[in-house]
Amino acid sequence: MKKLLLVLLVFSAFSAMAETPEEKGLAIAREVDARDTGWGDFRASMSMLLKNRHGEESLRQMRVKGLEVENDGDKSLIVFDQPRDVKGTALLTFSHKVKDDDQWLYLPALKRVKRIASRNKSGPFMGSEFAFEDLASQEVEKYTYKFIRDDELDGKPVFVMERYPVSKYSGYTRQLAWIDRERYIPLKIEFYDRKNALLKVLVFRGYQQYLDKYWRADEMFMDNKQTGKSTLLTWKDYQFRTGLKDSDFTRNSLKRIR
Amino acid sequence: MKWLTGLLLSLGFSLAGAWELSGNAAIEGRGFFQDPLDSRQYDNDYSLSLDPEWAHEWDEGRQSFVLHLFGRLDRHDDERSHWDVRELQWIYAGDGWETRLGIGKVYWGVTEAMHLVDIINQTDLVENIDGEQKLGQPMAKLSLERDWGTLDFFLLPYFRERTFPGVEGRPRTQPRIEPDQAFYESSREERHLDFAARWSHYIGEWDIGLSYFRGTGRDPLFVPRLLPGGEVVLAPYYEIIDQASLDLQATLGEWLWKLEVMYRDSSSDRFTAATGGFEYTRVGMFDSEADLGIVGEFMLDERGDEATTPFNHDLFAGLRWTANDAQSLEILFGAIVDWENGSTLINLEASRRLGQDYRLNVQLRSWVNADKNDLQYGFRQDSYLQVELARYF
Repeated sequence: MKKLLLVLLVFSAFSAMAETPEEKGLAIAREVDARDTGWGDFRASMSMLLKNRHGEESLRQMRVKGLEVENDGDKSLIVFDQPRDVKGTALLTFSHKVKDDDQWLYLPALKRVKRIASRNKSGPFMGSEFAFEDLASQEVEKYTYKFIRDDELDGKPVFVMERYPVSKYSGYTRQLAWIDRERYIPLKIEFYDRKNALLKVLVFRGYQQYLDKYWRADEMFMDNKQTGKSTLLTWKDYQFRTGLKDSDFTRNSLKRIR
Repeated sequence: MKWLTGLLLSLGFSLAGAWELSGNAAIEGRGFFQDPLDSRQYDNDYSLSLDPEWAHEWDEGRQSFVLHLFGRLDRHDDERSHWDVRELQWIYAGDGWETRLGIGKVYWGVTEAMHLVDIINQTDLVENIDGEQKLGQPMAKLSLERDWGTLDFFLLPYFRERTFPGVEGRPRTQPRIEPDQAFYESSREERHLDFAARWSHYIGEWDIGLSYFRGTGRDPLFVPRLLPGGEVVLAPYYEIIDQASLDLQATLGEWLWKLEVMYRDSSSDRFTAATGGFEYTRVGMFDSEADLGIVGEFMLDERGDEATTPFNHDLFAGLRWTANDAQSLEILFGAIVDWENGSTLINLEASRRLGQDYRLNVQLRSWVNADKNDLQYGFRQDSYLQVELARYF
């Protein structure tokens, strides 16, 4: 028995060695994705506090709905409440694993639903330090991966890995992510711009577990290291499995939003 | 209006719970660079507007009620001092269907410079000559959402006449248009029951809409009339029309390709008109956060110089700068040029947020080289700068 155990140990150690850093990175990303599957749908409110270099602040408030789609990217609907001049403006996104997302913007003053070019995802979201691609559905297929090292972050054991955007329209060459080893959730991500210089650092804070399974951060703090600007994104009132359907995520449903 | 009263009685008074108020109040100034063609017109103008909306939702969001009013007080132009019920609507939506009853607003179309196929609502032209402000339209609407697209059916029981600048108003046509002289093809006049239907869908990169409208045409023909006082004015004449239209957009990477085509049949004419073009957006210009968009569109009307729109053989070229900053600064600069007579409309629109609740809007419109054969000829002295400060609540 002892011998068998030894053989198994040696074998598993060998197979671990045989796993390339790319394979290990992909395996971690798959596990992150697998553990976050099955939540169905959610509603939440989201606020963003924008701060510039001089400390001037600006607030955005939104309501978010999300629907998990099997074998494809998720559907999401973001409705703006603040600033008041964009109140009622809504963004509907059908994300896809590989091809470009489908995206429609609803302009309430004109009652116009406008299909927009979703490839422009490197642009800032509502003037914040979050780019559209930072907030998009994080599908495994949107990146390639490379495991870097095991480490600790604030006393927690983590995997440190790099991921490389597949889309050539991404604003990044690479992202360096610290993944909690126990819960398989990101704790910190560094974003490197097209010139491979450190651009932004994102820190996830206040993780809470929903439905005894799914971890969501209360706060996501994005710090732009090049401009000195920052955005604090705060999530509130998370509700899961609220009975949202495909018909809540249509171009027509945009026109009903209040 | 009996059905409207009934609607109000059955719904309005039984609604309990929170009513959400939103909207804006604004002060606007307009300055004109040249003397008016008609000495009764003003040089500079200012006005106040109020745009409040009350909304109430119940039945877990399946039902809602909206009341949206608009009013403006204008220093000089009595026609521009006006108010309107933009929306007064009960909306009931289920899984895959929706009904709307009351006064509402609907937008069809994809292009930027000209809104050719958008026909449900009448244009509130005194608000802005860009035609993007609309009057509330009484309607009963049924929408069905299926896998093969969305079907909308409209019954439009009451027609709204287009608003036009008054005697003192600018910019305006010469001679002026007198709405009191309006007349109709239908003996039922504004009570003619109009009908519209639309199928819209998206397939991959394509968004498509096919629409049909039968009823009182929203854009009138004009007939000269001699008023008792000896003044010649233009009287709007509203025909019964049949109109079929297509709107199509392909979203290919950074490129949007757009087309709107319509065919109209009335007792006076049969014609086709089209507009279309592209919008190309470049993200992160010069390593900044800003986007630069380039828009190019053509406008073509088979009626040529007989068309009731000045945009009959015209090209629009524009640049849109979106700063993507905290104040949401946006600048749109463009020109519409008639390729046959050279008449040019130069247009600049800029806006940014001030603080959390204010927004500053600046518009510059300038007519250059206006030709006698162009419908914009009357505006040749009316180039103006408009500044508006709005407080949102």
